[in-house]
Amino acid sequence: MRFVDEFRNADQAHALSAKIAGLCEPGRHYKFMEVCGGHTHTIYKHGLEDYLPESVELVHGPGCPVCVIPMGRVDDAMHLAANPDVIMTSFGDMMRVPGSNGSFFDAKAQGTDIRMVYSPLDSLKIARQNPDKRVVFMAIGFETTAPSTAMTVLRAAAEGLDNFSIFCNHVTIVPAIKAILDSPDLRLDGFIGPGHVSTVIGCRPYEFIARDYGKPVVVAGFEPLDILQSIYMLMLQLSEGRSEVENQYTRVVPWDGNLVALKAIGETMELRPYFEWRGLGFISHSALRMRADYARFDAELLFDVPGVRVADPKACQCGEVLKGVLKPWECKVFGTACTPETPIGTCMVSPEGACAAYYNFGRLSRKRVKEVSNS
Amino acid sequence: MCLGIPGEVIEFLPDQPDLARVDVSGVRRVINVGLLSDDPPKPGEWVLIHVGFALSKIDEDEAAAALEFLEGIGQAYEEELVALQESMIE
Repeated sequence: MRFVDEFRNADQAHALSAKIAGLCEPGRHYKFMEVCGGHTHTIYKHGLEDYLPESVELVHGPGCPVCVIPMGRVDDAMHLAANPDVIMTSFGDMMRVPGSNGSFFDAKAQGTDIRMVYSPLDSLKIARQNPDKRVVFMAIGFETTAPSTAMTVLRAAAEGLDNFSIFCNHVTIVPAIKAILDSPDLRLDGFIGPGHVSTVIGCRPYEFIARDYGKPVVVAGFEPLDILQSIYMLMLQLSEGRSEVENQYTRVVPWDGNLVALKAIGETMELRPYFEWRGLGFISHSALRMRADYARFDAELLFDVPGVRVADPKACQCGEVLKGVLKPWECKVFGTACTPETPIGTCMVSPEGACAAYYNFGRLSRKRVKEVSNS
Repeated sequence: MCLGIPGEVIEFLPDQPDLARVDVSGVRRVINVGLLSDDPPKPGEWVLIHVGFALSKIDEDEAAAALEFLEGIGQAYEEELVALQESMIE
């Protein structure tokens, strides 16, 4: 139980835990989804489930950018990277995501010019330094990273760079939440809203969840106490019969988001009619592509991209894990064929993926012990 | 990639108002602060950084709490710092 003892303010955590327990109606089971992979990481790392009554269950959501990239997009990116004129650039998180024929790391080991960058601005610098090459940035992420891609494109346009482009895989969180709400597989009582995404989009885009679906949403910070406090706020709403959007993370998240960031995204990108998500399938208006005015930075138009669709490996159940229908350890290949060293599915790749978080912290929660002993 | 890491603004780059040198756990690198142009940070103030861009201003207490939390996370934060160290934004 090392992790549980580790975090500061354990007294406050116990106090919140007692307040949450005090709000539980006898016989009722509560299911809350934490949308963001950063929250999943905190929950497993600190064993937060052990602070909750048995009737309060946390379900892990789709908010892990690497996890939701479908295999076909990885294959398309590999095809781009194989072009001898191209230098492919990517965040480190993306490097180990498996496509049908291995990952970026595998291709790099075989001599393909794929470079890991910290920021799209580093990718831009590589383009300036290599005028005879065409530099492509593998853009992934929710609204947290989309503004950085947008600002980088604006910078490239201002500089008149003509050897830099974006392979755009940015996704938007709200349609994914809506897809989960509309899915018959899962009944949820409320959402722990993503922290950093909300820094950009603010809290208003979640209002339909409270208004149309009658589910409370609390935008939460990333520390253990933030998450427990948010669960308490969700429980309080339910006990008072309210469904509202509340902001627990006011110290970072403004209600209206970051207007400069939203403007930069709106200037350079537009919604795609539909986009494929790993595990969730095609979701309407759920991803971004470059606007026509910025077509000269759109790798999908500049290069021949096959646009392949590849079914996920049969053994892999990332889709169910991303929808919160399965817990990581319930997947058939979890920890056996699929490990962080040799991932089959994306949820095992990123530190924000539910499977990797669970695997890395290797702890057996109370619930898990119970399930194992009952099986 | 999704980790927001706190950095203290040290100075702005001459002639490049969008770029600032920040200190993140002792690592000094240049980041872009253009997303905060509505209310730019001043040297000595703290920002939360995502992939080379400051996304929000935070106060010193929040920065300290966030740093303590990130240092507790271990590997993911260390990898982020290594990536930042290799960053050469200009």
